[in-house]
Amino acid sequence: MDTPLIEFRDVVKGFGDRTILNGVDLKIYKGQITTLIGKSGTGKSVLLKHIIGLLSPDSGSILFDGKPVENMTKKELDNYKSRISYMFQSNALFDSMTVFENISLPLQQTTRMRKKEITTRVMNRINQMELQDVVHRYPSELSGGMQKRVALARALVTDPEIVLFDEPTTGQDPIRRNSILTMIARYKKKFGFTAILISHDIPDMFFISDRILLLWEGKIAFQGTYEESIAFEHPMIDEFLHSLEGFHDELTGLLSKQAFRMRYDSILRRRQKEKIFTAILFKLELDQMCELMGSDLAFQSLRTLGEYISKQMDAKGGFSARQSMEQILTILPHTEIPYFPILKWQRHKQCWMILPWD
Amino acid sequence: MKTSDQNSILLSPFNYLGKQALTTVNNLGAATIFFYKSFIMIFRPKQITEILRQVYRIGAKSANIVMLVGLFTGMVLGLQLYYALVKLGSEGVLGSVLALSLFRELGPVLTAIMVTARAGSSMTAEIGIQRITEQIDALHTMRINPLRYLVSPRIAASIISFPLLTAFFNLIGLLGGYLTGVLLLGVNSGAYFHRIQSSLELSDITGGIVKSLIFGAIVSTICCYQGYFTHMREESSGARSVSISTTSAVVLSCVLILVSDYIVTSFYI
Repeated sequence: MDTPLIEFRDVVKGFGDRTILNGVDLKIYKGQITTLIGKSGTGKSVLLKHIIGLLSPDSGSILFDGKPVENMTKKELDNYKSRISYMFQSNALFDSMTVFENISLPLQQTTRMRKKEITTRVMNRINQMELQDVVHRYPSELSGGMQKRVALARALVTDPEIVLFDEPTTGQDPIRRNSILTMIARYKKKFGFTAILISHDIPDMFFISDRILLLWEGKIAFQGTYEESIAFEHPMIDEFLHSLEGFHDELTGLLSKQAFRMRYDSILRRRQKEKIFTAILFKLELDQMCELMGSDLAFQSLRTLGEYISKQMDAKGGFSARQSMEQILTILPHTEIPYFPILKWQRHKQCWMILPWD
Repeated sequence: MKTSDQNSILLSPFNYLGKQALTTVNNLGAATIFFYKSFIMIFRPKQITEILRQVYRIGAKSANIVMLVGLFTGMVLGLQLYYALVKLGSEGVLGSVLALSLFRELGPVLTAIMVTARAGSSMTAEIGIQRITEQIDALHTMRINPLRYLVSPRIAASIISFPLLTAFFNLIGLLGGYLTGVLLLGVNSGAYFHRIQSSLELSDITGGIVKSLIFGAIVSTICCYQGYFTHMREESSGARSVSISTTSAVVLSCVLILVSDYIVTSFYI
């Protein structure tokens, strides 16, 4: 693999007599979405703040593009910081400024852009985040979800190469949560930034993550892909992951991936004789739908689809789960159906409608 | 009682004094560096707008209260000084005594105390809240130097506003003295203004201006410093630490205004 973009080597950080990071070694690669998970209060935000330079390690070193940050000249350090953006867990919006002023502040203060250019760029972000109605409102007048979106817009307005998201989806409803995560994934694809995010929203964040890091008792206990994390065996960590994932996908109401796998194992793998089953894969063109009807409506459609599949398939003894952000897999045991039409999508004026098959 | 216990009881006041002295010296040093770093950033680009905004908030918005206090200070001085001067048979010098008191001493000091109470406390509270809600950290992550963006304009605005407000205070104070001394108690109007004109020298005015410049720098530095390091308070955290910082900022500013007033006056006399 390439040289990691960011690397931690034996990083130790403590506050008073409490050691929070106790020899952290990790690697973050360019162009990937890396998700950091771990129990509350284990130092995930502390770790992220080391990357942006808000905190410095007591010992160990942090390397950016192979170069230790502590050995960088002032100019190099400034250049490094100019490539990173940080979205705070608490949003950290300026409460005496309007939404527009909040988002435009980094451009006004750190660039030589003209006022008109700044306005255009900020309004683009505002439109992308669907914040047009609250441009001149203050953060205290917005809901928690809207504040998150303002913080997200502010983090992305400078077109950074690396974006650190500290719990961007906390306090959001399942639809908005998926919208935000999809937006991060879409922007990553579009602008090619490297994203590092802290999230507890399993399975939603697994769908967009290229790599997962697990912070456990001050160290990185696991780093790898989602599939590798399933194979990773550790009694307490397994329990933690299961507790996060739960049995149901909050968005669609279908089984979680974990519960789906257990069901699959118990019904099909262990009963070797049961070889007849039908697998149906439902797929929505989420990217297109998000562009056409907005992300909220797109995920509302995904939720409706999930509810419909659950209603139809559960009655037939089937079980389903989301396999990716836009795919739902259904298994119908003891069934052999070559073609199983259930739903159809019909384009109606400016939107797509979901209809039962006649 | 063991000897070591007795020793520790005997030594504890000295321990306490030593610790307090070290903390004070540390804080003074830190505040001086804080002022220096912020002051040099006044001259960086993109500061004018924010400085003007702060001049409006610290200066213009304090003008009413400063003038009101100036008026009543002048009025009360007119009454008290007349009472004292009549006993000496020299009520004609009311204008001189009143003008010298106002320009050399009361104008700068009372203005500084009023602005500390009004604008200084709000500086501490505002910066303190920005600190505890991670807004200052957010500035760091955006590569905006918080000292340049938050502190420098306030220091610059205070240095600009304090002499202007002091001038207003003095002017209205003279008017207050006129109201009580001339209109109410019957001192000759011409004598009142003649005495003011003849007794006031340029050094009296510049001395007052120098004092107000120094007070402006002290008040803004102390108030911003207390807010900026709210999160470092050991005794409390969160909203409570902001309230303690605000109280400390006002008390410390007032004390330092009076201490520095004495020092500056001793140089000017």
